[in-house]
Amino acid sequence: MSLRFRHAVVVGASSGIGASIARMLAADGCAVALLGRREAELQRVVASLPAGARAIPVVHDVTDQTGVPLLFERLVADLGGLDLLVYAAGDMHVPEEGEYDFARDRRQIEVNVLGAMAWTGAAAAHFEARRSGTIVGVSSIAGVRGRRTMPAYTTSKAALSAWLEALRNRVSRHGVNVVTVKPGFVDTAMTTHLTKKPMMISADRAASLILATARRGGSPSAYIPAQWGLVAFVVRHLPSWLFRRLDL
Amino acid sequence: MAGSTLRASAPWKVLDGFGASVRSVSRFVRPESPEALAAVLARAAAESLPVVLRGSGRSYGDASLNTGALAIDMRGMSRILAWDAERGVADLESGVTIGDLWRHSLPQGWWPTVVPGTMHPTMGGCVAMNIHGKNCYRAGPFGDHVLELDLLTADGRTRTLSPQHEPELFRAVIAGLGLLGVVTRVRVQLKRMHSGRLRVRPIQTPTLEAMFDALAARTSTADYLVGWVDCFASGAALGRGLVHEAHHLAEGEDPLGAATLAASHQELPGSIFGVPRSLVWRFLQPITNDFGIRWLNHAKYVVPEPTDRDGTFLQSHTAFAFLLDYVPDWRRVYGPGGFLQYQIFLPDATARAGFREALQLCQRRGVVSYLGVFKRHRADTFLLSHGLDGWSMALDFPVPEHDAERLWALTRDLTQLVLEAGGTFYPAKDQVVDAASFARAFGDRVTRFKAIKQQLDPAGVFASDQARRLGLV
Repeated sequence: MSLRFRHAVVVGASSGIGASIARMLAADGCAVALLGRREAELQRVVASLPAGARAIPVVHDVTDQTGVPLLFERLVADLGGLDLLVYAAGDMHVPEEGEYDFARDRRQIEVNVLGAMAWTGAAAAHFEARRSGTIVGVSSIAGVRGRRTMPAYTTSKAALSAWLEALRNRVSRHGVNVVTVKPGFVDTAMTTHLTKKPMMISADRAASLILATARRGGSPSAYIPAQWGLVAFVVRHLPSWLFRRLDL
Repeated sequence: MAGSTLRASAPWKVLDGFGASVRSVSRFVRPESPEALAAVLARAAAESLPVVLRGSGRSYGDASLNTGALAIDMRGMSRILAWDAERGVADLESGVTIGDLWRHSLPQGWWPTVVPGTMHPTMGGCVAMNIHGKNCYRAGPFGDHVLELDLLTADGRTRTLSPQHEPELFRAVIAGLGLLGVVTRVRVQLKRMHSGRLRVRPIQTPTLEAMFDALAARTSTADYLVGWVDCFASGAALGRGLVHEAHHLAEGEDPLGAATLAASHQELPGSIFGVPRSLVWRFLQPITNDFGIRWLNHAKYVVPEPTDRDGTFLQSHTAFAFLLDYVPDWRRVYGPGGFLQYQIFLPDATARAGFREALQLCQRRGVVSYLGVFKRHRADTFLLSHGLDGWSMALDFPVPEHDAERLWALTRDLTQLVLEAGGTFYPAKDQVVDAASFARAFGDRVTRFKAIKQQLDPAGVFASDQARRLGLV
């Protein structure tokens, strides 16, 4: 089975993986609504789309979850339907040693979890009623364990993965394809400040693998690229006394 | 939700019709008092957000769906407001179910005069659809036993209606599909009972003609009559089935006496053939196909029901009336596509030929109903009521998950058959009839209804997916 997407919403499309996914969808003839917080970046992405692409750029801050229901309805109407929603918005902060900044922690939960719940929940209701549709949530391998170097980020990605699994268990029986993707290191603005980036891939490569996973259907949960699955397996099974001694 | 709009803040819910073959997503609220309800209505009106009223969701199609708009769940208002055990009169909020009502009234010797095949519908639903029971030929529909009701209209005003006070509006609200306002209180008349049991006689009817004759011969004597049709039987056996006639027991006639009125005597059995009721649908699902149902029907027809020597047996009211409640979640046996019910209502003069044609049409098309239920009806005076002096045959069809065109084509032909035979449609069961066919069947009644609707609800606050499809809003 290979799904063909005709109408898509990409949340977090102004840069990184989301921008690459939007470009690939548009190149495939899909009408795309691109949502991002930064208007200038969003316009740059729209300008980079293939000629003739049908794109709807929307400036949207995912921390404004109250506006999601109305915006979602408007986009479905403007696109003429919806068969794919990608939630690629993300925020990461690596605190310094001894730094405890609740405002920064909270923002990561707002962007990575609550925004995702608002958008994917709206899409799930729409798709459940229609008995078809695909939801892609960009989680991370970082959600496998609670890491000392990025506590709020790993917490948020663990929560996002759990949310997507719950959503999958809720709506896959109604024909909805819920895809969790867990990339490793991807070369985006979010990761520029990280010092160690093993097995890093480009945003375009990540987007390509993510869309291929989504098109397969069957509500998969996949590491991007797949080799990270082995890393996740090892990391998940490290005893706690050992894991806390690692500089991860 | 204070301070924000319903459009932005009301939660969403995916709702389906009871047949599980039609569904939609809408905003959803469950007010728990008349004041909260009025506030929601006022906000919906201010936001031009259409409202559908939903009870237990027992209408088979899209009558209580409202895609993208607002569904108000009336089950938050389910109080028994007053009960007169001397006269058998109850004042009820519209979220009270038939089950709530009999559990309250039967121990004191009163049974709801008209009940459908399930105890789950709410009073609001019973009024909106003017539901009928197995005694329709005698007792008429539900509306004939409503003494009075309160209607909250779109302008925020509450009107008390009865057959004496504003009778025209009263007759439009009953069977009015919830499109004229919210029924917030219903006063109903119940029927006196001396026993919690009925005397039931099963009668085998080898042909459709025999079934018509069996019912026709008993309408003046039996308290309830219902037929089951084996829709797979063909040729000389076309329309064969079983008729069940039931009689109330007179005072002193039941050897167990008034003890049978207790609610505990009425509860349906916890298991069927040793299988917990809640699991039975899982056992039925593998045989719910043409082959399995054909043989199940055959067995049901030929294996006699256990009776006493006089050919009758005693059965509780609930066991006789609420056959659909025996198997919880039974609609799931039809699989992910769900099912639809097409209930054909035809006048007495055309019913025999019409039902024969309908059964043959289904067989010719290879789309045969898994369940056929047969009833006699009488005419009533409610504006959009399906009631007529005639007969009904309800047909249940599984809806294939993919490529259901054969089924849709059949329903179009059944609609044509109903129109040509002078029949009517029953919105509680409908999910396929188009606006032109509905208008043709109901004639100037649709025009009169829309005039009342325009007067009471000019902004079109009350709506539904079905009402839009039928051209009523």
